[in-house]
Amino acid sequence: MKLDAKIPSGPLAEKWDRRKFEMKLVAPANKRKYRIIVVGTGLAGASAAATLAELGYFVDAFCFQDSSRRAHSIAAQGGINAAKNYQGDGDSIYRLFYDTVKGGDFRSREANVYRLAQVSAQIIDQAVAQGVPFAREYGGLLANRSFGGAQVSRTFYARGQTGQQLLLGAYSSLSRQIGLGMVNMHERTEMLDVVVVNGRAKGIITRNLKTGVIRRHLADAVVLATGGYGNVFYLSTNAIGCNVTATFRAYRRGAGFANPCFTQIHPTCIPVSGDYQSKLTLMSESLRNDGRVWVPKKKGDKRIPVEIPENERDYYLERKYPSFGNLAPRDIASRSAKQVCDEGRGIGESGLGVYLDFSDAIARLGEDKIRERYGNLFHMYQKITDENPYNVPMRIYPAVHYTMGGLWVDYDLQSTIPGLFVIGEANFSDHGANRLGASALMQGLADGYFVLPYTLANYLASTPREQVSVDSAEFAELEKSVRDRMYRLLSIKGKRSPASFHRELGSIMWEHCGMARNKDGLMKALRKIPELREEFYKNLLVKGGNEEFNQQLERAGRVEDYFEFAELMCMDALEREESCGGHFREEFQTDDGEARRNDERFKHVAVWEYKGDEKPVRHQEALEFETVQLATRSYK
Amino acid sequence: MRVTLKVWRQKSKDDTGRFETYTPQNISSSMSFLEMLDVVNEELITQGKDPIAFDHDCREGICGACSLVINGTAHGPQRGTTVCQLHMRSFRDGEEIYIEPWRAKGFPVIRDLVTDRSAFDRIMQAGGFVSVNAGGAQDANCLPVPKQCADKAMDAAACIGCGACVAACKNASAMLFVSAKVSQLSLLPQGQPERARRVLNMLRQMENESFGGCTNTLECEAVCPKEISVEHIARLNREFASAALVSEEG
Repeated sequence: MKLDAKIPSGPLAEKWDRRKFEMKLVAPANKRKYRIIVVGTGLAGASAAATLAELGYFVDAFCFQDSSRRAHSIAAQGGINAAKNYQGDGDSIYRLFYDTVKGGDFRSREANVYRLAQVSAQIIDQAVAQGVPFAREYGGLLANRSFGGAQVSRTFYARGQTGQQLLLGAYSSLSRQIGLGMVNMHERTEMLDVVVVNGRAKGIITRNLKTGVIRRHLADAVVLATGGYGNVFYLSTNAIGCNVTATFRAYRRGAGFANPCFTQIHPTCIPVSGDYQSKLTLMSESLRNDGRVWVPKKKGDKRIPVEIPENERDYYLERKYPSFGNLAPRDIASRSAKQVCDEGRGIGESGLGVYLDFSDAIARLGEDKIRERYGNLFHMYQKITDENPYNVPMRIYPAVHYTMGGLWVDYDLQSTIPGLFVIGEANFSDHGANRLGASALMQGLADGYFVLPYTLANYLASTPREQVSVDSAEFAELEKSVRDRMYRLLSIKGKRSPASFHRELGSIMWEHCGMARNKDGLMKALRKIPELREEFYKNLLVKGGNEEFNQQLERAGRVEDYFEFAELMCMDALEREESCGGHFREEFQTDDGEARRNDERFKHVAVWEYKGDEKPVRHQEALEFETVQLATRSYK
Repeated sequence: MRVTLKVWRQKSKDDTGRFETYTPQNISSSMSFLEMLDVVNEELITQGKDPIAFDHDCREGICGACSLVINGTAHGPQRGTTVCQLHMRSFRDGEEIYIEPWRAKGFPVIRDLVTDRSAFDRIMQAGGFVSVNAGGAQDANCLPVPKQCADKAMDAAACIGCGACVAACKNASAMLFVSAKVSQLSLLPQGQPERARRVLNMLRQMENESFGGCTNTLECEAVCPKEISVEHIARLNREFASAALVSEEG
């Protein structure tokens, strides 16, 4: 596997402009001759599909949801970063770039991150032009707030529904193109394989979830915008339908998978309440602007919070990280919560929780101000827990939220399969080992609106057009393999539901490949996962058939892919013998429990190549830091 | 707790459909309503029966996928709450609970509790946007927007497109849904150039999709999980009148 990142030469700040000029263009009249497939309609997919169609390409877009408006980007709450420096508080493209590289614990590509910071400002312009109702000041200008890992206020927001508003903005642009006939939208349709002909991505095989019809789709290029794989843990803040299938199937066809062990555990989620639980609910990180995180100083202190006097509380983030305090980055805040709970100071029935307390902020600003800022989040918390956070502190605990790993892409967002592009959370490119808050929305939209449309054109313009037909052997073979796979799952006729296997797999992953990992645990997971998978193939029960609306069959296919993928994650976590960002190996920590990176051995992207029945091969893309000085990340 | 469920089961669009009764075990009052249905489905699967099909995804009240009529009320008994955010503590021990799909001509049943809501997408495609291509937008702060306009636009924009408004309306009208988008964009300067076309095109599409008109019974507002006000329907009517009577597009 050849890994050429294709980073343009020249000074960091000029790379993207230089690349844009070097790239070939497709003439306006020729654009309509090209067909592009975009899988997924979240921020990345919807913005890419809309923009490509606006440029004149013909687009086939796909989503498994019943409407393209429901992709899980919609659930992002807090905000989107942009280096606008509207607040005049010292922000700049360079500072956003630097914060992101540092926040990612120096495991991302400088050139990609710099480009992200450069285009961030345009995203806000575009969203406002679409009619996205961002929060504003009385003077009519846009409001900002601060987010974890930053000391400036660069986050734009629309109440606690920023993801929803940005997605609906992208969805409205996509809808316009559907109405104009430039995008053919396939809802309730799941991609189950990618077709590679003569070494290039030429199409996909899909299953219509309403009818079960399995179909071939031909294109000049394929774009995957299918999100992350956090649901491998079963319990996460992801939507129930989020899955790894599209990216994992592409990996099996030759796309390298980068850093699969880099997963983000978000510090502020509502704790688990019972074994029936189907998902975990995030409470936006923005709450940490006004909420103070604490646990009792004493172990096993079961008094109600109001009875614990100030001097018996440990505001551990403020104590350990005085300069960032409650706004320490996510990986650090999560790990700190785990540490105090491991010490026996966790709160709530399970002892797996910490307080997020607003009483100081309410005393300072008044309940109305807090309601205006976080009303919908408080409301949601109360609905789920039956507790009123205006009166008692919230109980929170970390939960799986985002995956920094993903398919490997070069500077042009192209995977190791020519013609297969990967954007948004589905790729690995910008967040290193830890993503900063309010950066996911930024990356998804940067890729879709402002990067892919250029780089994809360059691919099309510099690739000779070959006549490929959906009747070719490659398409026929893959369609058959997809159909066979569905029938195989249906024919097992055992006793256990797909969900029950998923739950068990998730608990193995959470225990051994979650917030803290070690060699023994990972080895154990690598023994347990194949055992459980074997049972899956013997004892799975999927009722009904393929040619109908069958939610159990959908789930079974996704769980099947999670099994193999889970092993890859554990292998990656095992091989990375250092702690960095969200990847914390217990063997590699400083005396005060902070992550200890090993730049000498691991200053690289780990890229996995699929080898069939043999063990996948780990390749490396060395990371060069030309501008940023590598340092131990400190938020003290 | 114990509950008796009467669940609408329908194999396909053309099947007549019927209520089936289930008495699930192991229900806890802190389960969400959908987690309760997960438990029922696990039981059905182990008994070799077909699980109940229902739409759901984010389970945090924002994607708009979940769509159940519970005891005759879209999204169930709790105001301002989607089914996925409804918890079993909202029901009495021993209660009988009827669960049905959205019922409207514009939302045909696909299976059991799952309906086809693609009509909403087609209404949006007819005009629910600002025609602005990526790339050429001016600086975001060039055009100040009064805070109260931005806030009102946001109130409308909070719509999750679930369709409860249609399910609750005796006319199966989609006016609250359409008004939310029309209102949002008519309140913002960015929406002005296409203001008249938008309202005319969206309403035309709404009628083509067999949704009825509004007769002000306000059921839609009562069931809306995002508590979108019927004030937006008033604004929609105003927008429609001025577009139809005054504007050059009318």
